[in-house]
Amino acid sequence: MTARVGVITFPGTLDDRDTQRAVRIAGAEAVPLWHKDKDLKQVDAVVLPGGFSYGDYLRAGAISRFSPVMETVIEQAKGGLPVLGICNGFQVLTETHLLPGAMLRNNHLHFICRDQKLRVENAGTAWTADYTAGQEISIPLKNIDGRYVADERTLDELEAEGRVAFRYLDGNPNGSLRDIAGITNAAGNVVGLMPHPEHAVEPLIGAGGTDGLGFFTSILKKLVNA
Amino acid sequence: MARVVVDVMLKPEILDPQGQAVQRALPRLGFEGISDVRQGKRFELEVEGPVDDAALARIREMAETFLANTVIEDFVVRVDEPAGAGS
Repeated sequence: MTARVGVITFPGTLDDRDTQRAVRIAGAEAVPLWHKDKDLKQVDAVVLPGGFSYGDYLRAGAISRFSPVMETVIEQAKGGLPVLGICNGFQVLTETHLLPGAMLRNNHLHFICRDQKLRVENAGTAWTADYTAGQEISIPLKNIDGRYVADERTLDELEAEGRVAFRYLDGNPNGSLRDIAGITNAAGNVVGLMPHPEHAVEPLIGAGGTDGLGFFTSILKKLVNA
Repeated sequence: MARVVVDVMLKPEILDPQGQAVQRALPRLGFEGISDVRQGKRFELEVEGPVDDAALARIREMAETFLANTVIEDFVVRVDEPAGAGS
């Protein structure tokens, strides 16, 4: 049996095709999901890809949060469905409150696009099991609303529970508090990060490395072993 | 038709780089004496029917769940009285 990983397309999503490709390269079946789908077509996991869903009007991710597909994703994520939010997907996950905190305009107000070094802080989530804690990876980063904020108490809680999944290395690109690049929920099934692992899964293109592939092989391994 | 205004502002403790960029530009343009600027959003809602307590409660719920993200933003709801409508 092949694992089925759903990839949601909202109006304004850009990275759905790259994400589907990453899922296939990892060895799973990519299942396209549309924002109006209430039914998740029996997928085993869901990725919310990057882009500008609903044009980022109001706030990044704020309108998608109320789409029919997200109603089902929110409900099933609470029941353990693995969900990965990349960039705009991470913004959607904070707007749904599946992940705490919020994403704001970069502190320098510029769109930033570069290869970004990260440290994998938590290799125990559904999406990071193929990495090791402390491992340094480099994957592309491209956003203008990448500044992660939360109140001090939430930040302390995230740190204490090991829920800071990724931290920026070699300079904080956007003013994210405590250099946070990605976080996980307490159960480890919902993960969000700003940089783009799906753009670093083939040696020939993108960052020229395959440091991002581990996200997609991690979930596959988890699903096959489940 | 009545108008209800919802003002949304970043919470005071949240860094507002857009407001800061505006504030830094002011002296260059000859506007002195402004020590801080914070930038927010204003929603003007044209409401059908009376703006009674129930309507205002609905708008407050709308502001809390959608117009503002209360993790980072505060909001204020008020009824906008048309100019010259006073008794």
